[in-house]
Amino acid sequence: MAVELDVFVGNTTIMDEEVYQLWLDGYTVNDAVRARMEGGVLDEFDATADVLLSDTMDQYRTFQMCERLLHSPAKLANQLLFQIPPHRQTMLIERYYAFDDVFVREVLGKKLSKGTKKDLDDISAKTGVTLKSCRRQFDNFKRIFKVVEELKGPLVENIRQHFLLSDKLARDYAAIVFFANNRFETGKKKLQYITFQDFAFCAGQLINNWTVGAVGEGLWLLPLANMDVDLDKEFLQELKELKVLITDKDLLDQHKSLVCTALRGKTKAFNEMEANFKNLSRGLVNIATKLTNTKDVRDFFIDLVEKFIEPCRSDRWTAADVKLYLTHYTNSAHILDTFKHQVVWDRYMGVIKSCIFKMYHD
Amino acid sequence: MPGKLKAKIVAGRHLPVMDRASDLTDAFVEVKFGNTTFKTDVCPKSLNPQWNSEWFKFEVDDEDLQDEPLQITVLDHDTYSANDAIGKVYIDIDPLLCTEAASIISGWFPIYDTIHGIRGEINVLVKVELFNDLNRFRQSSCGVKFFCTTSIPYSYRAVMVHGFVEELVVNEDPEYQWIDRIRTPRASNEARQRLISLMSGELQRKIGLKVLEMGGNAVVGYLQCFDLEGESGLVVRAIGTACTLEKFSSGSASITCPHPSTAPPSNACNSPKDGKELVFGEELPLSSGPPTPFRALPSSSSSPPPFSPSKPCSRQSSSSDTDLSLTPKTGMGSGGSAGKEAGPLKTLLRQQTQTTLEQREFPFFTLTSFPPGFLVHVGGVVSARSVKLLDRIHNPALGNARSYKLLDWNSVTADEPETRDAWWEEIRQEIKSHAKALGCHAVVGYSENTSICEEVCILSASGTAAILNPRYMREGCLDVGSIDHRFDDPSPPNCGFCHIPYDELNMPFPAQLAYCYQCRRQKVPDVLFTTIDLPAEAAVTGKGCLIQARLCRLKKKAQGEVNATAISNLLPFMEYELHTQLMNKLKLRSMNALFGLHIQISVGENMLLGLASATGVYLTALPAPGGIQIAGKTPGDLNNEQHVAAIQKRINDAIAKNKELYQINPPELTDEGVGSPIPEPRQRSRIFRSHSESSDELSELDLSHGKKDAFVLEIDDTDAVEDIHSLLTDAPPPAGFHSCSTETMPGIYNWTSGIQMFTSVRVLRLNNTNLTNQGLNKIFTDLCENLLKSFYFKLRSTVPCCLCHLNFTVAVPEEELVQVSVTAVAMTFDKDQNQEKPPEKATTKGGSETEDQLQFPLELSADSSSTSPQPSKISGVAENTIVSTRVSSLEHCSPLPEGRSRSLCSSRSFGVGSVTMVKMTPLSFLPGTRIIKYLGIINMFFIRETTSLREEGGVSGFLHSFIAEVFAMVRAHVAALGGNAVVSYSMKDCVLMENPNKNQAQCLINVSGDAVICVRETDQEQTTNTGQTCGTIDGAT
Repeated sequence: MAVELDVFVGNTTIMDEEVYQLWLDGYTVNDAVRARMEGGVLDEFDATADVLLSDTMDQYRTFQMCERLLHSPAKLANQLLFQIPPHRQTMLIERYYAFDDVFVREVLGKKLSKGTKKDLDDISAKTGVTLKSCRRQFDNFKRIFKVVEELKGPLVENIRQHFLLSDKLARDYAAIVFFANNRFETGKKKLQYITFQDFAFCAGQLINNWTVGAVGEGLWLLPLANMDVDLDKEFLQELKELKVLITDKDLLDQHKSLVCTALRGKTKAFNEMEANFKNLSRGLVNIATKLTNTKDVRDFFIDLVEKFIEPCRSDRWTAADVKLYLTHYTNSAHILDTFKHQVVWDRYMGVIKSCIFKMYHD
Repeated sequence: MPGKLKAKIVAGRHLPVMDRASDLTDAFVEVKFGNTTFKTDVCPKSLNPQWNSEWFKFEVDDEDLQDEPLQITVLDHDTYSANDAIGKVYIDIDPLLCTEAASIISGWFPIYDTIHGIRGEINVLVKVELFNDLNRFRQSSCGVKFFCTTSIPYSYRAVMVHGFVEELVVNEDPEYQWIDRIRTPRASNEARQRLISLMSGELQRKIGLKVLEMGGNAVVGYLQCFDLEGESGLVVRAIGTACTLEKFSSGSASITCPHPSTAPPSNACNSPKDGKELVFGEELPLSSGPPTPFRALPSSSSSPPPFSPSKPCSRQSSSSDTDLSLTPKTGMGSGGSAGKEAGPLKTLLRQQTQTTLEQREFPFFTLTSFPPGFLVHVGGVVSARSVKLLDRIHNPALGNARSYKLLDWNSVTADEPETRDAWWEEIRQEIKSHAKALGCHAVVGYSENTSICEEVCILSASGTAAILNPRYMREGCLDVGSIDHRFDDPSPPNCGFCHIPYDELNMPFPAQLAYCYQCRRQKVPDVLFTTIDLPAEAAVTGKGCLIQARLCRLKKKAQGEVNATAISNLLPFMEYELHTQLMNKLKLRSMNALFGLHIQISVGENMLLGLASATGVYLTALPAPGGIQIAGKTPGDLNNEQHVAAIQKRINDAIAKNKELYQINPPELTDEGVGSPIPEPRQRSRIFRSHSESSDELSELDLSHGKKDAFVLEIDDTDAVEDIHSLLTDAPPPAGFHSCSTETMPGIYNWTSGIQMFTSVRVLRLNNTNLTNQGLNKIFTDLCENLLKSFYFKLRSTVPCCLCHLNFTVAVPEEELVQVSVTAVAMTFDKDQNQEKPPEKATTKGGSETEDQLQFPLELSADSSSTSPQPSKISGVAENTIVSTRVSSLEHCSPLPEGRSRSLCSSRSFGVGSVTMVKMTPLSFLPGTRIIKYLGIINMFFIRETTSLREEGGVSGFLHSFIAEVFAMVRAHVAALGGNAVVSYSMKDCVLMENPNKNQAQCLINVSGDAVICVRETDQEQTTNTGQTCGTIDGAT
């Protein structure tokens, strides 16, 4: 005796959020049943494992049928096959596009290509996220990337409108798209301590300040495809001018003394700051001047860590020290009479400052 | 030329990619009605084409308008090869033919392909301009309204109830024509879908004509069925109740249709009927018909002896004639005295009603609930079955040589319907005679169905024998004097229907009578079985519950007449056992009446399945059911006696718990206080379960009847012990749940608006070839119980809720397969006002089996004493369960206004907004809302086939998506009619054939219901306005 067929279809599609999560997490039906049993549904409600199995199968089938629609969430709202109340639709979409930070951290900055997809089993083994779930997340990245690549206008807004995602999730995806597009290196060992959320924050800073779209409303009218995705080439060119801060000996000394005067007595790490000023300044300015090379753009984060964060950390600066130092370092440049590139400097340092703050932790 | 049909194709969306190279589609549309076809332009390279076509106009007869569907085919244009069909939409334009129903069809329809399922959507506008045609000999019946609802629809008043209408049409099944061998499965499926659509259109038109002849304007309780007879053809048949309905003016309607949940709890009935109560306060005369005095007592000679003692109140018989024994059974002509010598009052009643009712060939009513006062007395269930051989009706004219032409059936099969008509006629006569035997002149809650396996067909009909109020029967009697008549009526309104319609001195069957516990004046039976819903006025103690009897019987595989005879012989035993089970389960729950009883017997190659579902209640007017007493058959044996005592205790405990669970606390004190002449030790009946079914045992049974002091279920074989166990292990619903097979649950009145309709299908494969009857029974029972458990589990987030209208259908699609399909609705209710007590499991599993016998005594005192100790400890535990599992997530359907306007948006500009929420329910009402308009009947038939079963997720995946697609198509049609709900929804057929080895499966589904516009009770004004504005927008588009 065997159950040959077993279906349950509601006029309003019945979906259990818990089962949905298990499905998204890539559990097989049997694993999901086990997980649910351990979760105590059976204790809560007098039911047998058979009932649970039947229910789980039904739900899995429903999700599989819905998956096609979830690939273009706008369809979910005007399709006729499943009657799902709007708030449930929102939940389905939001959860489907949610991702694991551990997973995204692995693929962040990588090319969203078939090659990367092949490595997913390694990533799955490393992160403990099931392969199925990895694939879904990777495909989501790719799908969103492909769609927004073609679109004009602000990145976050585009993602939110086309995929009906929440603001938070849309921002995260913007970061992922931005990283993938610019191929930032994030996988090096030195960068391992930086979380996805740190990177997402930095991406937000870069998108908001260093891209073409960031400059102002007027530029929206330009027929540029990837205003938010590509860095502002003109700006990167201008950054070369900052070199004067380290090449001009006088300017460097003047800058140092201004910073040191402001810092004296305010921090325990003053001596280290004074000793390292030239090194650190050279580091930051060099990063700026090299950003015209795509290769160096990719190494942006690793450079920040190597050239600034690591030296500070070895001198045991506190986060407050870093903040203090960078604030004065930035502001003091304004007082330099011969330094003419205040606007570029601010645009550059504003982002650098907030990125370093975010990245300066254990 | 009395009609002009206009259609406009607006746009498509989500079309499938038909051209792999470009990933796009060059779509165009063919619009076909009758033999006329129009085409739109090709909309190149788009998955969301905008055709915005002109209005295509078809000038047609109204006869065709009724029969034909509008057929819309979406195709992909291909320059070099044949155009590929994407899919089709069939639109039934019948709703547009009624002035009071929909005025325009406008909306997105799923494009359906029988092989691929839904493939995108198309936006269509359809209008009809009808010219008045006063031709008396017309063949059309435009304007006759059809309702699936088995009660007088809301916002209507019945001016006249004319009575029974029936019709059937026959055609050969395209699937079995020679051409089917050379055409594609798609073409074959589409031919079938179209044919059935045409046939049901024709059927509806013919029924409409009959209604017009009778002077009516509507059919209520319209029940249409398909019989797929295979080689011998395809039958579409329908029955219904012809009425003259009158619509309330909008003002009065709002007053007279109170919200179901606001019904006073003191009125122990389900509330929707309250609405109608007022509606009917006016008058409801019944028209007259031709007399057919037919008086016959179906004697037990037509059915084996085990019948009679077991059925205090329901009369069932199975006519077991194959074509071999077509002659009327001896029972038909014999007897007849039962009804005649009734008391003077009853005679009067009967005489009055006979004059009008007897004129009618079949005084049958498909309605299941009635205006108060309509139903005077209820006799009990009457049913008849007949086994027929289909190969007998092979018509040479239908041979394979004939060329295929779809519309041919009119000419060729002229004599065929007559065979079927004769069969049904025979069954109906039998039903009628059963009703007579119960002293009744009418049958209410009447339904018919068939079960077909190969060439054997079981025809079944059942209903409830009843006496209807003479004042409704009198011709031309409108309001004047009706009140007087009410006073003439000897019984108070709320218990009258329980009073026996037959003569107590000359009862048609042995039953125990007692004086009515409410009025103390009239006699009532101890148990009442009916197929109708609980009458509005009935007083109920406690709550009701679903009671099911399930039974499997093996039979030898056989062919032709031998097979038919074998089935005929088994039927009475099955009916008997089902009845016994129902009775025992009823007693175990301390209840005394069944409503909405539906018994289905399904035939397979090597077995018969029987399933009876009903809602059990405790009718206050009826005596308390007996308890259960156990006595060993061999009194000397000490071991046995201990065992007997142990089982006795368990059964008593179970009864006590059930009383607690269902809150059955009849006011016993007052019973004794008022005293009155209840014959104290009531007459006992006895059900005798024989060890074997040998004939001498059976005769003993007749002898012992009436003499023993207890309700006896004597059991000393494994078979019977199992019965007891199944009795005790039938689990009650978990905390927070109720279930019933009727429209609503007696005892629950405060419905909230959350509803969730669902369909579930389960098929079991029996691998074990050496199954016994017992083994099969167990499997079947478990199957049903597990299904129920699954429902409770799935719907756990909606508690407290009640599964209403649980409608189980069983089938034996193949030799080793058992299929159960269920459609029901979960309705939430407000627990706070309800003060329900937490339910609890009936009992734990029993001790040792086999040795002993059980007896169920009728002793009231015995079980009432054991009632008290149990309940207190239960409540705490269950209460927790309720709290922890309650997370409300039922559909929070958007009320009409938003949904409606949204649909309009989306229909006018592509891609905007979402889809109208369409609620569906098998009930005739939606809690918390008021139906303001009936838009027409939905009657759809779909076929789905696949040759990639594995890829679609196996049979489950295949059927799951098909059912979802059917729902989607029903919703889309309702939304296009401007509606937001379907009431009285039912899935009549779900025929699944699979061949996993070939990776193929095919499924046929037939659904029906009434499309309606309903508004929330609270914001009726506002929405009426919205509705009007909607209308104008529609018109403008």
